[in-house]
Amino acid sequence: MSSVFALLLARESRLLFRRPAELANPLVFFAIVIALFPLAVGPESQLLQTLSPGLVWVAALLAVLLSLDGLFRSDFEDGSLEQWVVSPQPLALLVLAKVLAHWLFTGLALVLLSPLLALMLGLPPRCLPVLLLSLLLGTPVLSLLGAVGAALTVGLKRGGLLLALLILPLYIPVLILGSGALQADLQGLPTAGHLLWLATLTALAVTLTPFAIAAGLKISVGE
Amino acid sequence: MSFASFSEFLAMGNHGVYVWTSYGIGLLVVLINVALPLLGRRRYLQDEARRLRREEMK
Amino acid sequence: MNWTWFHKLGSPKWFYEISGRWLPWLGGAAIVLLLLGSVWGLAFAPQDYQQGNSFRIIYLHVPTAILAQSIYVMLAVAGVVGLVWKMKLADVALQQAAPIGAWMTFLALLTGAVWGKPTWGAWWVWDARLTAMLILLFLYFGIIALGNAISNRDSAAKACAVLAIVGVVNIPIIKYSVEWWNTLHQPATFKLTEKPAMPVEMWAPLLVMVIGFYCFLAAVLLMRMRLEILKREARASWVKTELRAQVEGRP
Repeated sequence: MSSVFALLLARESRLLFRRPAELANPLVFFAIVIALFPLAVGPESQLLQTLSPGLVWVAALLAVLLSLDGLFRSDFEDGSLEQWVVSPQPLALLVLAKVLAHWLFTGLALVLLSPLLALMLGLPPRCLPVLLLSLLLGTPVLSLLGAVGAALTVGLKRGGLLLALLILPLYIPVLILGSGALQADLQGLPTAGHLLWLATLTALAVTLTPFAIAAGLKISVGE
Repeated sequence: MSFASFSEFLAMGNHGVYVWTSYGIGLLVVLINVALPLLGRRRYLQDEARRLRREEMK
Repeated sequence: MNWTWFHKLGSPKWFYEISGRWLPWLGGAAIVLLLLGSVWGLAFAPQDYQQGNSFRIIYLHVPTAILAQSIYVMLAVAGVVGLVWKMKLADVALQQAAPIGAWMTFLALLTGAVWGKPTWGAWWVWDARLTAMLILLFLYFGIIALGNAISNRDSAAKACAVLAIVGVVNIPIIKYSVEWWNTLHQPATFKLTEKPAMPVEMWAPLLVMVIGFYCFLAAVLLMRMRLEILKREARASWVKTELRAQVEGRP
């Protein structure tokens, strides 16, 4: 069973690497959204610094959401999803590998890019560990929850906007905890509580959402 | 009865606007929810009646 | 325990007959209780010593808020029943209850905002309860939009069921995180509905209103489900005889 997981992970990574432009799109989107805020609210550095935890988190959330729209699309169109559904391996495990591969190349890339953008917004460098840790714990939840929506909307012609409508309300706890941790750190308050809660959400999402994603895919394929 | 007169009841101690808008909108929402299925049923029955008549003509 | 009623629920015909018998009673109870509750609450309940008469909005705000939350739980229960036992009736209930839930959430939000004006001096405050209600409204919109987007009736019902179950697991997390966020940012805001021990003259009409709204929900839901069943089962012979009786009954 674990070998299937590893094989699938390798296959997905290879597929993702063949289209480097698609890998770069969420990152560029992330950077552009961050750059929009100083243009919209003014270049005042004090204001930007107080806003920066929220800005980084909202931008990361939108970038993950945007990248998820096509998560299952190509597999759905070329019929490999049907093979997954009828295969003897548990579907929940297969989708977990798929989402993990997706997260490694978008979520993790966003996490690595975030310090640069946060520094540009004036976040003091002492806050960077908490920024990295909160995003590292939060983005897998975003990917997994978003994959539920992507699985339910994969058969639809215009699923993108619907996906956002379904999934954004479910992202709210992650947003609150993630930006809350960063805000607390910015004010010099302890952040362990926020981060532990985020870790709890991650554990919950890793164990529960694969079943919801599998159920969603079965429905979409069966249609 | 916690009001001395009807005009006092309407005024709600300067909060009349808020109380009565709330209850007005509440009544409206309740009526909309009742009316929607009733109207839908009537229209559906009318459509079916027309269809039945058409089939009998044939 | 006798489970025959549960298996009978699988038959749309049985449901249509039994719900036709219940509907007048539920509707009557809803009208009587809602009228009684609002007259009692508006005219006879004593006024609040802090908020004056604006507190009378509670008799609309709290029942709709309770209904909004319990309808979402109901959606998830119907979703589980529909997914596990493949019961058609649960699918119908799920999709017909979602719009009612959205209306109730809207009403709870709106009365909360109107009540907020005299109490907080602003139409909208990012209070924990109001914010959680707003998110609940978005969750309802998601379910309704997903149901409308999928053209196949059975897959639409199943997809909505999965989304409702995911949503109901998330609701406690959302609720607690919003409350936590609220206490961190706005300490000690004045809560609309939390008060030290309401006297019985105040909560008795509230109880009447809550029961009245539940009867209202049951009546409206049955009306919507009966219409939907007639449409879905249009090919069944009992629906044809029923339609003929209805059509000829009123020329």
